[in-house]
Amino acid sequence: MVAFLLRRLFQAVIVMLTVALVAFVLFNYVGDPINAMVGQDTSIQDREKLRQDLGLNDPIPVRFARFVANAAQGNFGLSFRTAEPVGRMILERLPATLELSIVAALFALLVGVPMGVYSGLHPKSVGSRLLQAVSLIGISLPTFLIGILLILIFAVGMGLLPSFGRGDVVNLGGWTTGFFTASGLKALIMPAVTLGLFQLTLIMRIVRSEMLEVLRTDYIKFARARGLKARAINFGHALKNTLVPVITITGLQLGQLIAFAIITETVFSWPGVGQLFVTSVSAADMPVMSAYLALIGFLFVSINLLVDLLYFAIDPRLRTAQAAAKAS
Amino acid sequence: MALGGIARAWRSVVTSDVYYSFRSSKVTVAAAIVTVIIFAACFAAPLIAIQDPYDPANFDLGVAMRPPVFWGGDWDFPLGTDDQGRDMYSAILYGTRLSIIVGFASVLLAMALGVTIGIVSGYVGGATDAALMRAADVQLTFPAFLIALTLDGVVRGLIANKVLPFDHDAIALPVIVLSLGLSFWPQYARTVRGTVLVERTKDYVNAARIIGVRPWRILWRHILPNAMGPVLVIATINLAVAIITEATLSFLGVGMPKTQPSLGTLIQIGNDYLSSGDLWITVSPGIMLALLVLAVNLLGDWLRDALNPKLR
Repeated sequence: MVAFLLRRLFQAVIVMLTVALVAFVLFNYVGDPINAMVGQDTSIQDREKLRQDLGLNDPIPVRFARFVANAAQGNFGLSFRTAEPVGRMILERLPATLELSIVAALFALLVGVPMGVYSGLHPKSVGSRLLQAVSLIGISLPTFLIGILLILIFAVGMGLLPSFGRGDVVNLGGWTTGFFTASGLKALIMPAVTLGLFQLTLIMRIVRSEMLEVLRTDYIKFARARGLKARAINFGHALKNTLVPVITITGLQLGQLIAFAIITETVFSWPGVGQLFVTSVSAADMPVMSAYLALIGFLFVSINLLVDLLYFAIDPRLRTAQAAAKAS
Repeated sequence: MALGGIARAWRSVVTSDVYYSFRSSKVTVAAAIVTVIIFAACFAAPLIAIQDPYDPANFDLGVAMRPPVFWGGDWDFPLGTDDQGRDMYSAILYGTRLSIIVGFASVLLAMALGVTIGIVSGYVGGATDAALMRAADVQLTFPAFLIALTLDGVVRGLIANKVLPFDHDAIALPVIVLSLGLSFWPQYARTVRGTVLVERTKDYVNAARIIGVRPWRILWRHILPNAMGPVLVIATINLAVAIITEATLSFLGVGMPKTQPSLGTLIQIGNDYLSSGDLWITVSPGIMLALLVLAVNLLGDWLRDALNPKLR
């Protein structure tokens, strides 16, 4: 297990360094840090002096090391567009994105798993055929179209839910949350559904196919033969064994959710980091872009590592395989 | 003679397994018909459109925001007009054509790139293989649309710094094809590499090598054909993803510009007018995009099942 984890850790470090390198190149070569700091009328001599003072003439490895050290402390310089510190801009918006992604993931799990179980248990019923058809549409339609559709129905048509923003938020020591106000919760519904829908269909399909697989196995037949209740078999024996792939996918998809929040946030004018990233791309604001990429890379890599650790916690076979390998 | 050849070819198509599985699925036939109609309409766009939606001289602000026929408008503009007086029917035809062109071009680029990298990686092996496959791993960690978005930002940065002497709107089409192509290559590379690794040790490859066939010819004529089945399946499914990604980027305002709108751009233009109840600028291109993507997706799913009997 230690060897496996070390190998995964090594891979994570490689991915992180690659992302940092990309961010470094974006920051230093695609954008010009000096141009961003000085006005039009600064002389070439002054620019050169600033360049020297900031260490921009140092060898590239030295500058890369300095960039990584600064990035680790959340220091990405000033935005080209607003001249604010990039670290602060991102931190201010991070809670909005994280709340949205987590609620979306919960929605996908809490609705997707029961739907998958149902259509796995009754694969031929009208209900599960309907679910299959809906999930095909859910997987085919672009996220932003689904968001617009929801806005059309629930905001423009019925006037039930707000079509943009986060509603009223409460500030808890720097973390703004929409969980404690009615308008905050209402504003969360449509964005979370939009963001979670793709994951929901994915989870449903996986649970369904895993259930179909597991229900054919001998130990399920055996449990039936022993006269166990259907509920005990379906949930205690079958569902439990489908959870490993479900947890993997959900975990890995959490990172994707944070990235796909870019689209949802733009549709619903949700004030998160994704919206900031889109604005920065259109304005070619390199410091914000490189900071966002570094952050996303870090989140992805940590989530992937956590999922690997979770394997050992939920799948006893992995632990016994380890023990067996050690004994031989 | 030629006719006989065509008839024979047609009969071999009609009696094939693939055609049988095509004909026996009503959904697939419907998807194929929809796809053919959309493609035909788009490439006949200059003939059947009311105006050229890329030429601002054709727009008349006096007829801006006209509703479609079924919304109380008139037959001058069957699907209404947008905020600049552009005819939506023509804009949708041209926009769909643009989405399809971008989709095909970026899939072809990704395929060419991925197949080449996969062959090199699988055949050369060693450090080259390790480096290329790690690059693919890193890239697959991120969603393709995020990579395409970043690449678009990079081009904008290069333009802002005057490294590239262009206006972004003028090169929007090649930029988006390039960004998408560079985002999708790893899937192809992995598949092709896998096939090369399996096939290169087989007897027929050894035999070819012994009689002195050059390595590139072995790769191209002997090994690559074995990889083309899976590559084609990936490409079909990839086409729908590429169309969606292009629409998404354009919707986010970083893809095709408003002067040359694709379906995503049109939806974005209409998005500003949703809350005022003027829904048609968004709804009709939205329906078109949904139809196109759904049809292509269904065809892709069918092709995957038909070419891979193991999955049946």
